[in-house]
Order: sequence, then structure tokens, then C-alpha cells
Amino acid sequence: MKEVIADIDRWQAAGRRVAIARVIGVEGSGPRDPGATMAVSEDGEVAGSVSGGCVEGAVVAEALAVLESRTPRVCTFGYSDDEALAVGLTCGGTVHLLVEPLDW
Amino acid sequence: MSGELYRELRAALLGDEPVVLATVTYVEGAAEGRTALGAKLVIRPDGRCFGTLGDPELDRIATRDALAALDRGLFVTRHYGPHGEARRAEVAVFIEVFAPPARLIVFGAVDFTRALVEVGKVLGFAVTVCDPRPVFATKTRFPLADEVVAEWPDRYMDRVGPELGPRDAVCVLTHDTKFDVPAILGTLRTRAGYLGAMGSRRTHERRWQRLLEAGADEVELSERLMSPIGLDIGARTPEETAVAICAEIIAVRTGRAAGVVTSLRSGAGAIHRG
Repeated sequence: MKEVIADIDRWQAAGRRVAIARVIGVEGSGPRDPGATMAVSEDGEVAGSVSGGCVEGAVVAEALAVLESRTPRVCTFGYSDDEALAVGLTCGGTVHLLVEPLDW
Repeated sequence: MSGELYRELRAALLGDEPVVLATVTYVEGAAEGRTALGAKLVIRPDGRCFGTLGDPELDRIATRDALAALDRGLFVTRHYGPHGEARRAEVAVFIEVFAPPARLIVFGAVDFTRALVEVGKVLGFAVTVCDPRPVFATKTRFPLADEVVAEWPDRYMDRVGPELGPRDAVCVLTHDTKFDVPAILGTLRTRAGYLGAMGSRRTHERRWQRLLEAGADEVELSERLMSPIGLDIGARTPEETAVAICAEIIAVRTGRAAGVVTSLRSGAGAIHRG
């Protein structure tokens, strides 16, 4: 979380809204542990990471959707989730993310 | 725009102060309507809380669990009933601990110390070297140490000991009972999670006697003192020994030291074999 603060400060100073995605659970092998954090500004700038890179694109899309809906959601990526097969982790694990607007 | 909770969290993180963020990540059944996905508590080590998970009892129980997680430096997900009841699972709370680095305190500014400082830094410890002899306890000899202190071990422990907890490790490398004994006795008075002391089996036996004579409790010594220090991986050089010591620190923290991996103190033969 700490590593994304400077970017969040910059975005907020410019009046841009921010979404945060955090790894809240990993099953099997996962590239990043719980707590890994990515911040996304409303114009699609990204700070931090939640995987080795394999699901980052999909997470940005979720973050922008969450800024639109203003409602937190839990997203799951990995082989155990049929809907997410297209963005499955190369390591074969499953990662659960909480994606939410930074409105708290 | 972000609000009070993020402001508290941000201030603690930037100030390198410990803080816990508890977030609701799952809600069902009776908890719905009361608690919402994303509800949060920011918890400081003194128990001060900001925000709410949606129920005062749930807040109280989650705060208790958050402080326990902070003590151990672990991230956990806990499941509760709508009012924090145990053995229920209507609410899941992700407890995220932000703690300053765990501490590694090395007593004795000897040959092995430099390598232990280096491996300790790789593992993310905030490393202190303490030796009462100012000629040896210099920043020049241990450039990677966060702190080099020329002070008697017991004096240093009186000052710093109350801050230590289960994540912190103390290694006594002096092999000199006049320094070892006060360092070990001082550390036994703390909550440090790891205490190890270097020395041959003979040094170990002599030191054990001195510790008992100085009033150490034999049961407590058997439980806490890892001596001779390190996992039995056949280490010889200072660098290899540093790895053996750090591996044991990890094993003790992860609860593997008894049985799953073998520590030198569980064996009886020569420390350096073959």
C-alpha cells in the first residue's frame, strides 16, 4: 500500500478519482501475496501491481468499472473461475481481489 | 475523494508507524444490511479505531484479532457471525498488517556478525549490532547495519527490550560468557520471538551452567534459547553460518524448528562434520 501513496497523492491533488485493488486471498501458487496493491486513476494511470503482470490489464478494467459504479466488488482470476479463464494466471493459481473506489 | 480512514492509514504508513486495516471482503445472510462489502476499520497499536465494520461487537472482536495479527506481523482473513460470533462465517474480514520491519539484534561485533548483518538485511530486518567494545562496534565495520551501538548488552536490552515482540530476533555471537550471559538474560526478559547463541558444544555447556548460576530458569532456557545457534546445514564460512542462523530464525517463527527441520541443538555430534 505504501508504495502507491505518492501516485495517489499526485492524482488526488489533480482532482482525479482513484480506485484501489488489493489481493485478499491466493489459492495455489500466486505471484503476489495478500496485501499486494494496485491503484488506478480515473484516466487509467496505474501504480503498483497485484500479479506478475498476467491479470493487470483485467484489473484496470475492473477498477475503472468500480469508479463508474461507486460500489466495491470482489474479483477472482484463475483457473478455478470459468468466467475468468481468458485472463487465467500462468502459474495456475487463483487470486481474489477486492476492488473499490478510494472514497473512505 | 478519500476520507478520514485513508488519511489515518496514510499518515501511519508515511510515519513508519504500525497500523492495521481490517476490511469486510464477504457478507451473507443475517449480516447483510448491517455490514457491507468494503466496510473498514483502521486500528492503531494502542487500540484506537477509526471507521466501523457495521456492528460494534464485530468491531470489538475484529480489533482484538487485528492486534493479535499485528503482534505476529501476519495477514489473515477471519470469519465471524454478524456480531463477531466465533465459528460462524456470514462475514469475512481481511486483516492487513502494516508494521515497521522486524528487528534483528546481534550482540558481538565479531567476524560472523558482518555476514549475519548482510543476510538479515536481505530478509528485511532492521539490524542492530551491539558490542560494549567501541573499537569493534563501528559503522565502518558494519556498513549495512541500521544501528551500531557500543554498549553493554544488558544495558541495551533494558532500554530496547520492552519494544521487542514475537517477530524480533536476537543473536548472541560473542562466545564470551562475560558478554553472552548478560545478553541472554537481558533477552529472556523480553518477548523476542527468537534467541540464539553461538558457540561450540563445550562453550554451550559452560554458558548453560553460567546462565543457571546467574539465576536463569532451566525450563525457560530449554524452551527459548537456540544454542548452538543455527540449522544443521553444514555451514562453515561466516556467510554460510549467517544463512543457517537466518533459516533457523525463519523456522522458529514459522513453527518448523521442532522436528520438521533439524536444529543443531536437537543433535549431539560435532557441529562441523566431514
